[in-house]
Amino acid sequence: MAVTLQDVQHIAGLARIGLSPAHAATLVAELNTILGHMEVLARVDTEGVQPSTGVGAGGLQSRSDSSGAVPLARSLDAFAPALRDGLLLVPRLSTHESTEDA
Amino acid sequence: MSAGTPRTSAAALRATVRDGSVTTGATVEEALQRAHDVKAGMDGLNIFVSLDESFLMDHARGAATQLADTEPGALLGVPVALKDNIASLHHPTTCGSRLLKGYVSPYEATVVTRLRAAGAVPFGKTNMDEFAMGSSTENSAYGPTRNPLAPDRAPGGSSGGSAAAVAAGIVPIALGSETGGSVRQPAAFCGVVGVKPTYGRVSRFGLVAFASSLDQVGVFGTTVDDAARGLRVIAGHDPLDATSVDAPVPDYSAVATRSIEGMVIGRPREYFPETLDTRVRARCAAALARLEAQGAVIRDVSLPHTSLAIPVYYIIAPAEASSNLARFDGVRFGVRLEGDGLRGMYEATRTRGFGAEVLRRILLGTYVLSAGYYDAYYRKAQQVRSLIADDFTKVFSSGVDVLFTPTTPTPAFALGAISDPYEMYMSDIFTVTANLAGVPAMSLPIGRIDGLPIGGQFIAPHFEEERMFAAAFALERALGAEAHR
Amino acid sequence: MTAPVTADARLAAWEMVVGLEVHCQLKTRSKAFCGCSTAYGALPNTSTCPVCLGLPGALPALNGHAVELAARAALALQCTVHPVSVFARKNYFYPDLPKGYQISQFDQPLATGGHVDIGVRADGSPIRVGVTRVHMEEDAGKSIHDRYPGVTAIDLNRAGVPLIEIVSEPDMRSAEEAGAYLRVLKQILEYMAVSDVSMEEGSLRVDANVSARRRGQTALGTKTEVKNMNSFSGVERALEVEFWRQVGVLEQGGTIQQQTMLWDGASGEVRPSRTKEGSHDYRYFPEPDLPPLVLSTDWIRITGENLPELPADRRIRFVRDYRLGEYDVDVLTASPDLADYYESVARAHDDPKAAANWVMGEVLAQLRSTGQGIDEFCVRPQDLAQLLNLLRDGVVSHTAAKQVFARMVATGDPPAQVAEREGLIKVDDDAQLAGWLDDVIAEHPLEAERYRAGEKKLQGVLIGAVMKKSKGRADPKKVATMLGERLH
Repeated sequence: MAVTLQDVQHIAGLARIGLSPAHAATLVAELNTILGHMEVLARVDTEGVQPSTGVGAGGLQSRSDSSGAVPLARSLDAFAPALRDGLLLVPRLSTHESTEDA
Repeated sequence: MSAGTPRTSAAALRATVRDGSVTTGATVEEALQRAHDVKAGMDGLNIFVSLDESFLMDHARGAATQLADTEPGALLGVPVALKDNIASLHHPTTCGSRLLKGYVSPYEATVVTRLRAAGAVPFGKTNMDEFAMGSSTENSAYGPTRNPLAPDRAPGGSSGGSAAAVAAGIVPIALGSETGGSVRQPAAFCGVVGVKPTYGRVSRFGLVAFASSLDQVGVFGTTVDDAARGLRVIAGHDPLDATSVDAPVPDYSAVATRSIEGMVIGRPREYFPETLDTRVRARCAAALARLEAQGAVIRDVSLPHTSLAIPVYYIIAPAEASSNLARFDGVRFGVRLEGDGLRGMYEATRTRGFGAEVLRRILLGTYVLSAGYYDAYYRKAQQVRSLIADDFTKVFSSGVDVLFTPTTPTPAFALGAISDPYEMYMSDIFTVTANLAGVPAMSLPIGRIDGLPIGGQFIAPHFEEERMFAAAFALERALGAEAHR
Repeated sequence: MTAPVTADARLAAWEMVVGLEVHCQLKTRSKAFCGCSTAYGALPNTSTCPVCLGLPGALPALNGHAVELAARAALALQCTVHPVSVFARKNYFYPDLPKGYQISQFDQPLATGGHVDIGVRADGSPIRVGVTRVHMEEDAGKSIHDRYPGVTAIDLNRAGVPLIEIVSEPDMRSAEEAGAYLRVLKQILEYMAVSDVSMEEGSLRVDANVSARRRGQTALGTKTEVKNMNSFSGVERALEVEFWRQVGVLEQGGTIQQQTMLWDGASGEVRPSRTKEGSHDYRYFPEPDLPPLVLSTDWIRITGENLPELPADRRIRFVRDYRLGEYDVDVLTASPDLADYYESVARAHDDPKAAANWVMGEVLAQLRSTGQGIDEFCVRPQDLAQLLNLLRDGVVSHTAAKQVFARMVATGDPPAQVAEREGLIKVDDDAQLAGWLDDVIAEHPLEAERYRAGEKKLQGVLIGAVMKKSKGRADPKKVATMLGERLH
């Protein structure tokens, strides 16, 4: 299962990372080397083995509907990069009709 | 005082503050002076990303007066350094990244609240590999930290700064974080004690996530007792962390005098391979002999899936990280870099904000989760992880109380010595299994090789920290000054 | 060149296949994974905390009440609620998605395998739409694209509000069936008190999947996803437009491209969304910050047993207990609040049909004119019942009763008090009645003469005049008798 340049460009897009051609080429080699070491896992017999799930064999504890929020010691304007009238601002999407567009 | 001379323990510090002979202000002042003396700053050891001296002094003065009429906290007056991925209200939380330069969290981590409630003074934010990804603290955007015992060497990582803060005698206790050994390995490299609790023992609320199913806040201490006290204060259920477990927190210091007569200590053969440095092997053998002399029984055991741990870890951890780091997008906090439109902003912020190792792991993680590869990589790795965890369960239910291994295959390597990513990953080989299985583990100094510290590791079953502390206390007592020779 | 094909012929040749995905906001006080308030209308970004802002180090903590409401909805839709379900991360980048992933459920959802009956066929069998699954997830924030030039403004107050996603099987075969499904679904969710289910307010959102195939074909055609409908009628119209667009393509021998289409209600058109194809690899994996959700079978069973009455059951009961016809029952059970109101009236008055007429008539007319909901209506059901009792007992006439009702609406006062105060108690007194009748006959000599001459249908006019003169207090039956005696 070799990683190709197209693969790297595709996943960089998914991760919103911009790669120069040189960087992408380097990563192809690096990822292939790293994943090469993972090949050993394919040979392990995991028939009937459950994937590890989290802690809490007793299940997820839930909180009450009126438990109250963790307060912010500083409001958004202390740390938000761009704020106007209380709204966070970002450059406008070129295709802004629905979610999952950007 | 130079590195290596006896430093004041947390217990001793607290006692002097409690009886009024020393004020909290004085303990903080002394720690700041010590930091100057060892050149902890950027031109020297580069231990802290931020250390606001005037804030600390003001705060310390306030703390001293405030605690007069309450039950003196368990860590009253003790300065505790925090790894820079633990959210604090005053100092920035940068995670060793350019992307969070100057970001001051508007809320604090549960562990910090608990420290302050116990009277401790959060003492600056320590340097780390960016977003906890690394084993040498060379991946920090703020420069590498130097090993206080040998400044041309790495302190280990990713919690290198916290390990160094304790090793340099600045603070008796520091908090770090563990995902694949990031507390134990630097503890071993720096000659201090480092503890990774059971997964779920300590709240992760406010610990910037790297790999959610592996991360735990860990504790460094000058001595086993320091680490035990630190853990006791921060451990316990937190309703804000759904993965934290509701189980009582024992007094870990109380096992200091527990006899280890009859304790069965397992020696897993996979951690003592043929290729292991003979001097490391010798130090471990000497440590085991000391334990035997106190009545412990040594038994050879096997954890057969150990060799799969690194591949499993380097699929699961980057996968979860790729998702956890998606929130670093320049929209709501942190550094924002401009680009062409929204997409350009995302790409510029992330590509220039993250360092090379972080980018590498995000891409690796995204790949193993992506369509067509999830079953072969991520799901498969989680299955093999179950097998690794079962190894421990089987051994512990066969009458073994704790396991003993070397913490790392070698002492601290030189800064810049390892450039191959996978070779760097391999330095976690003895520590990663405990993270994958969720079991508690700790490292303590067991000697020196060419003047460089070597660590021995105890591993216990889930929520049996007392057992590993008991063994560690006993070994520490038995070795005495030999642990640092 | 073939002969032009009629619309009927085309409909006979082609079949629409529709599946609907409905997102419904749950009516909890706080968000799904943090304690922030879900209340509408807060200033932008003030109902936020480290968790729903996705700040570094924050973790989700599940709201138990959201689970309860989600399970209630699933059980009401006849689903199997699973004892173990798993939260999963759906990873994608969008500025109103703070963490860069949505906490949702993927291959182990809360519930599966339900159905909704949307009507009855000619042979009496139910038209049944399958519900594939119901799962829990969190809402994203709001993106406002046109408030400031060149930027998009983000409000995260809504980020983290608990949602359920209800996915139907592709069992609907027309826009009408889709509309019927949505109306029945909305009513069930309203009856279960889990959501405000308002498309206008955004607590109910609909995405449609539609494909076309030749009638008789069993394989499904390629479907497109249609989004951006703001009302049930919008959904119906959008489905029609997209279906015929697809048929047009297929008739020409073309193939349907699987894509997302956006409905433009103003122009009545669908057009392709401009998003890139293949960019949606969500990389689902189990949420490591939340252990699996474990619900005991006892809890599931008890939740099912304690469900509020389903609309279908309420309708059956109304027919049986109040002997009402289908039309009346449909009107009275349109919303659970209205049904409750009617029942309170019916229980305090012995004529359920009279109660039904008054609620469907006077009450609904009043609500329509003010735009109020039944929950805001100031005439209490017990008071309306009392008015009906007064009417039955002859204390007020029918006309007077309407006037009393109007005063009750204006003041909120009980009927006996109003009738007394306004002097609307029915007048039985022969002398009074005779007096008014004499006055009316004197004022309408022509009509009186024609009545005497045999035009009995003028009785209504004359009695009406007496009613008017008496301000509705006269007993019309008595007046009729007197009139007959006086003018024969």
